[in-house]
Amino acid sequence: MTDETIDFHALPDARGRFGSYGGVYVAETLMAPLAELTEAYERLSRDPEFIAEFDYDLKHYVGRPSPIYHAQRLSQKVGGAQILLKREDLNHTGAHKINNTIGQALVARRMGKRRIIAETGAGQHGVASATVCARLGLECVVYMGAVDIERQAINVYRMKLLGAQVVPVTSGSKTLKDALNEALRDWVTNVDSTFYMIGTVAGPHPYPQMVRDFNSVVGREARAQMLEQYGRLPHALVACVGGGSNAIGLFHAFLNDRDVRIVGAEAAGDGIETGRHAASLAAGRPGVLHGNRTYVLCDDNGQIIETHSVSAGLDYPGVGPEHAYLKDAGRAQYVGVTDDEALAAFHELARTEGILAALESSHAIAQGIKLARDMRKDELVLVNLSGRGDKDVHTIARREGLTLG
Amino acid sequence: MTAMNRIDQRFAALKAARRPGLIPFITAGDPAPESTVAIMHALVAAGADLIELGVPFSDPMADGPVIQHANERALAKGVGLVQLFAWVREFRQRDAQTPIVLMGYLNPVEIMGHAAFAQAAVAAGVDGVLLVDCPVEELDTAQPIRDAGLAQIFLAAPTTDNARLSRICDEASGFLYYVSFAGITGAAKLSTDAVRERVAAIRTRAHTPVAVGFGVRDAESAAAIAGFADAVVIGSALVDTLAGSATAEEAAMRATAFLTPIRAALDALTAADAA
Repeated sequence: MTDETIDFHALPDARGRFGSYGGVYVAETLMAPLAELTEAYERLSRDPEFIAEFDYDLKHYVGRPSPIYHAQRLSQKVGGAQILLKREDLNHTGAHKINNTIGQALVARRMGKRRIIAETGAGQHGVASATVCARLGLECVVYMGAVDIERQAINVYRMKLLGAQVVPVTSGSKTLKDALNEALRDWVTNVDSTFYMIGTVAGPHPYPQMVRDFNSVVGREARAQMLEQYGRLPHALVACVGGGSNAIGLFHAFLNDRDVRIVGAEAAGDGIETGRHAASLAAGRPGVLHGNRTYVLCDDNGQIIETHSVSAGLDYPGVGPEHAYLKDAGRAQYVGVTDDEALAAFHELARTEGILAALESSHAIAQGIKLARDMRKDELVLVNLSGRGDKDVHTIARREGLTLG
Repeated sequence: MTAMNRIDQRFAALKAARRPGLIPFITAGDPAPESTVAIMHALVAAGADLIELGVPFSDPMADGPVIQHANERALAKGVGLVQLFAWVREFRQRDAQTPIVLMGYLNPVEIMGHAAFAQAAVAAGVDGVLLVDCPVEELDTAQPIRDAGLAQIFLAAPTTDNARLSRICDEASGFLYYVSFAGITGAAKLSTDAVRERVAAIRTRAHTPVAVGFGVRDAESAAAIAGFADAVVIGSALVDTLAGSATAEEAAMRATAFLTPIRAALDALTAADAA
């Protein structure tokens, strides 16, 4: 059971720590720009004009609020609790990622930074970054692992259409973690002109807090919608966790509602026992990566190991430090969902509800189905449908032995 | 002789001789595991005053392509802290004087455990540790390293403001490593005038010697920096020179050929100074 005295909304502390996790573990050159960003964000997050501009953009550009949808046929088929979906897939650009990039772009503009850099894995954060940069007339450079560029060709092209420059990263494992390294190297080289738009609740303070705050609109909306539509909070929340931005976005408003069970679904890939997975919380250990202390997947020499997931967006060997804290505090539970389970859930949702979920979100759907099965019919499970699956149809076809034109 | 003292004594001796210090950096285990100890001895013979030994890491976020690739090569050969400590022990059998500083990232130390790491480092004959991603704000993380008597070397950068600089100077032991420009290792952005001004400002606060690194690649750039710093650090250019050596002997020869003219250029400064 969690400690009843903890106010989960009071974190992180002034040093950017969530218990022993988080912090600022970067090279000296980045300390000044991070301090500058922390100061700017603290000021802006209390500035009514800034908040109003952010809210306006979320409503008129992103299309918020996103609805909560009762997946009745899916629930009926599962035969347990009622499954509700928070429809982040209906946002502009098709995922929750835009909530964060809108917020960070507004911060960048207020700080006078005209050049934006970002890292991306599946390309969703890259597209969301390129989108807001196009809208605000900012230069946008997106670092992407060469391996991910291969498997996410459509998103690469989308970013280019939006005017972004996509830079292939060929170091290390050529995936998301290496794109993050390369973006940090760019930032350290261009600190004066450049704003680093991190796509998840990882990185050094203030990123885990700032990215969470911008995404926490998801949970605030959902909490109000639940009370309005159902007259109660859900019995359980489920979201997928790679870096963990959609998950913390949904969870945060509910953290002090201790009756609400919180479950994060990590990518178990081929199965945690095979070693081919990306389940940092379920199978990793505390370490330091990309500027924060958190759970990481590494070998006994402390070398970060390559991860595997059918969904590029969950393919990351670390995880946001707040999730590490919530796991240790017992407030949230993190479980692995395999590639096969996620794909089965993808098809199930497509056939019963007419919704193509992103492969990332399909992990949450799979876990939601598992939970619902063992719950009563009058109980409610709220699953974050964090993104739509259009970007994944080629991956799914290929996996099922089909070639699309 | 305690571990701490090797660095302090070396800098005291350099100061007495009015000699600028020369600090070569190599990535442990690159270009081949069997070369490391031979390269270290060759560097000392060619005039190194202190050796920085890079601890290979999978995600060296402050390093440019040359050192990234050196890390990748070393890791592909399975190099880790256990071998690295064995090489330092082997080096110490023939050289009890030259200080050794390990430079690397936190995670390998975290996973080994800070106390276990510190104990092994001292036992092997390491004198100081520079953890790139452990700024002075996260000092408590590495307390066991200082408790073991190792010097914790800190970086200062062009972006470091005066308040932080004072704090870094207060906490620094061994020497302070000034990063000559905002960027990654091996980039070509060195502006001697800007560095000179900044190092002068640091010297008014620092109670340790000040070494300057990043962007120093040959005798000319080393001599320019050595005119006002206590020591110069040369990394990427040396690592690049060593890459591709077929044998330990060849790597050692390349190390000698690389460092000798740089030492000569620094010694020429001392001679000119004395004249």
